Amino acid sequence: MKSFKKLLFGIVPMMMFALLLSGCGVEGLSALRPMGEGAEIQLRIILISLAIMLFVLVIVTVIYVYVLMKFRRKDDSIPKQVEGSSTLELIWTVVPIILLIILAVPTITTTVELAKAKEAKKEEEINVTANLYWWEFEYPNAGVVTGQELVIPTGKRVGINLTSKDVIHSFWVPALSGKTDTNPGLDNEMWLHANEPGTFYGKCAELCGPSHALMDFKVIALDQEDYDQWLEDMKAKQDENAETLTADNQNLTVGEAVYVESCLSCHGGGKVAPSLTNFGDREWLAGYLENNEEELKEWIRDPQEKKQGALMPGFSEGQISDEELDALVDFLYDQKID
Amino acid sequence: MAQTTALQQSRKYNGLMDWITTVDHKKIGILYLFSGIFFLLLGGIEALLIRWQLVRPMNDFVSGETFNQLITMHGTTMIFLAAMPMLFGFMNAVVPLQIGARDVAFPFINSLGFWLFFFGGVMLNLSWFFGAAPNAGWTAYAPLSTQPEATGVDFYALGLQISGFGSLMAGINFLVTILNMRAPGMKLMRMPLFTWTTFVASALIVFAFPPLTVGLFMLMFERLFGAVYFDPAMGGNVIIWEHLFWIFGHPEVYILILPAFGIFSEIIPTFARKRLFGYTTMVFATMLIGFLGFMVWVHHMFTVGLGPVANSIFAVATMAIAVPTGVKIFNWLFTLWGGQIKFNVAMLYSVAFIPSFLVGGMTGVMLSVAPADYQYHDSYFVVAHFHYVIVGGVVYGLFAGLYYWFPLMFGKALSEKLGYWQFWLFFIGFHLTFFPQHFLGLFGMPRRVFTYLPNQGFETMNLLSTIGAFFMGVSTIILLVAVVKAFMSKHVVKPDHWGDGRTLEWTLPVPTPEYNFAQTPLVKGLDTFWLEKMAGNKRVSVAEPVSDIHMPNNSLIPFFMSLGLFIAGLGAIFQKDNMVIGWSLIAFGLLMTFVSMFLRSWIDDHGYYIPKSQVEADLKAIREKGEQ
Repeated sequence: MKSFKKLLFGIVPMMMFALLLSGCGVEGLSALRPMGEGAEIQLRIILISLAIMLFVLVIVTVIYVYVLMKFRRKDDSIPKQVEGSSTLELIWTVVPIILLIILAVPTITTTVELAKAKEAKKEEEINVTANLYWWEFEYPNAGVVTGQELVIPTGKRVGINLTSKDVIHSFWVPALSGKTDTNPGLDNEMWLHANEPGTFYGKCAELCGPSHALMDFKVIALDQEDYDQWLEDMKAKQDENAETLTADNQNLTVGEAVYVESCLSCHGGGKVAPSLTNFGDREWLAGYLENNEEELKEWIRDPQEKKQGALMPGFSEGQISDEELDALVDFLYDQKID
Repeated sequence: MAQTTALQQSRKYNGLMDWITTVDHKKIGILYLFSGIFFLLLGGIEALLIRWQLVRPMNDFVSGETFNQLITMHGTTMIFLAAMPMLFGFMNAVVPLQIGARDVAFPFINSLGFWLFFFGGVMLNLSWFFGAAPNAGWTAYAPLSTQPEATGVDFYALGLQISGFGSLMAGINFLVTILNMRAPGMKLMRMPLFTWTTFVASALIVFAFPPLTVGLFMLMFERLFGAVYFDPAMGGNVIIWEHLFWIFGHPEVYILILPAFGIFSEIIPTFARKRLFGYTTMVFATMLIGFLGFMVWVHHMFTVGLGPVANSIFAVATMAIAVPTGVKIFNWLFTLWGGQIKFNVAMLYSVAFIPSFLVGGMTGVMLSVAPADYQYHDSYFVVAHFHYVIVGGVVYGLFAGLYYWFPLMFGKALSEKLGYWQFWLFFIGFHLTFFPQHFLGLFGMPRRVFTYLPNQGFETMNLLSTIGAFFMGVSTIILLVAVVKAFMSKHVVKPDHWGDGRTLEWTLPVPTPEYNFAQTPLVKGLDTFWLEKMAGNKRVSVAEPVSDIHMPNNSLIPFFMSLGLFIAGLGAIFQKDNMVIGWSLIAFGLLMTFVSMFLRSWIDDHGYYIPKSQVEADLKAIREKGEQ
């Protein structure tokens, strides 16, 4: 049993140390640092179930260690052959049943609470559509479409409708709430809630192809006032772009002209490819890259290089010259509403 | 009868041909075991490549597409081609001996089952050489798995279909064997626990594999012949696959773990020198786990959006499984209680299994809490959970069984010294790999990601995890060395190698004659060999005089029946690119299978007799050897 002790004193502290190093994960991402009602409810029931399970673990560990220390073979004698014990067996059948009933009650109430998306939708409703490998966010009441960054108001439950255009993805913002799958051809719903303004990291949680790992997005929570303002600005910018950025417009700058010719058909409505209305405000490019000129140019030239399986075609120098690319990049970084 | 033996000479083959044609359950067990170990190594290499890619953030060791192929093949290989065959190996090698039978009920089908599994596994792995391995995860969710460019999934659908037929046949065979072939006195409630768990797992196979078969047919028709079951644009529904897959997939977990439970239930009483505590409860707990295993598949689908009512019902049903499983844990502990515990490698694995599996069980209950599962689902928490159950449960069981039954199967023993190294490296490596993954999941790392960004809190745990994986890799190499060393060694073990054997398989001479029992034993109770030993008898009582023994003939037909399906399967895949080659292969392969089936029906094969004189001579030789 010496090696067992060594293990106990070797491995366990090592893991504790590792845990200490990484704390409870990164704020804004980790489910262990909830920043909204959903994740708080979920962490609470995680801890309840963990407590019950640790109780069982302690009991089993005590018996286990005792048995392994006490009943090591000492001589060649034959121990008493025990058939069983109805009392003992009844105890370890009934006690777990009681423990599980204690766990089942909050499980059911919480499941019901988390399913109250219909009520939330009366307040605020957002449509989330997953695509290979980007996220579309539509505000149906305001008529605004955006992508990659989901803006929500703080302090209330926001109703979310979820679906997918291609394969199954899953919408997960660990710091705000657990995940809900986006199924092509089917509609799902959930609610999101953020306590305070802030930025939260979202992930795709269902294998969807080679760039599944790179399908990150962000949730930005704003105070109600800022949120209303943002929606209004977005709407204004979107309408303005719809009016000016057309092929018939004779007064386009070079950047605008390249955009209209090469980008508009997909990025225009924000339904085929992510809307670029507030591209200049975004922290990340393509969901995970730093949003700077260099990365953006490389991305436009060859999206496959950065995101295997992405549906955007690359644009060679023959299609967009270096000068035109400079102008296009300037134009794109101008697309902001702040 | 002696005069007929001259007429019905057994059709004997030697060497490779003997292995291809064998219908002897002991040899088929060895075939299953070594094929399983081969695929275990393949799956292990894939695992190491996966962990190496994840050793640091934004690593570019493999691409996202290659990574997806690796995870898909790792999961599929480990479940279908490593864990199940190795368990089938032990079932074949041990169950007929434990119940005092001379073979399984259907030796021919036994051989057929093996070759179907083997060719299915080969087909799946051939995908690496035909452009692309399957890349949609071992769960192969539609419509990711129905994307036309994911050609590897063709190999997944057909390879698993063929090997699935084999599993189904093995399941039916064991059900019938255990019901019909028991020696006199071997009542159901006297059967060793490994036989019982094999019985329940076989029943699960019979009910769980048909949904998979249906699902795979749908997938095949959608991929190869233009069906639209899962295409929403054509009125299909993507969730159908998920249901079919998990109606199979959840019981599959129990198909793996129950026989592992059986192995521990043999080893723990043996080396504690105590009868299994609460035998009857153990049997009923096994049945209950098997039954409930069919009621809980939706807990894999809590985030699909089936609604709070479905989620609540399946959450509570899932929790219920913890009760019979907990009963088993306590019964093992109380088997040890008051025993004379001897720690050898088989016992170390069995003892280490209890806390490792307990952690997997605890996270299992935590996962059953539907609202909490919204966080855990498809994150590394789930990866940690099922590896604790499958490695900490099934793989520990396989290793324990390997050390325990190796002397019985091969007449040689594995080195205990190497075994200790193997065990401790594996044990430490296992916990180091998978324990940190619980936290990765809670920190927000989804599973099946080929990389992760820096500064999201995932670096340390991933590094630890990768280090642990290489510990397990080294441990596996040591296991191989131990196996090779055992085969090279000249030392042949005695019957009842461990000295504490309780069940009938340990009464047999080494090497076991092809007819197993010269005289069918008479079973007097649970652990009948132990009872006889305690009563001072050297040998178990027998139920019949020495007489001619009827044995089945070897046959080449199962091999060709399976080879035909293999060829037809490849044809079905190739016909997408080349109609002529594809359909010729389909026609040729199916013809081979049907001709084989026809031959099997047309040619009477009555088997042959081993004459009484030879059995007596064998007995005499064995007894003389025993007295030396």
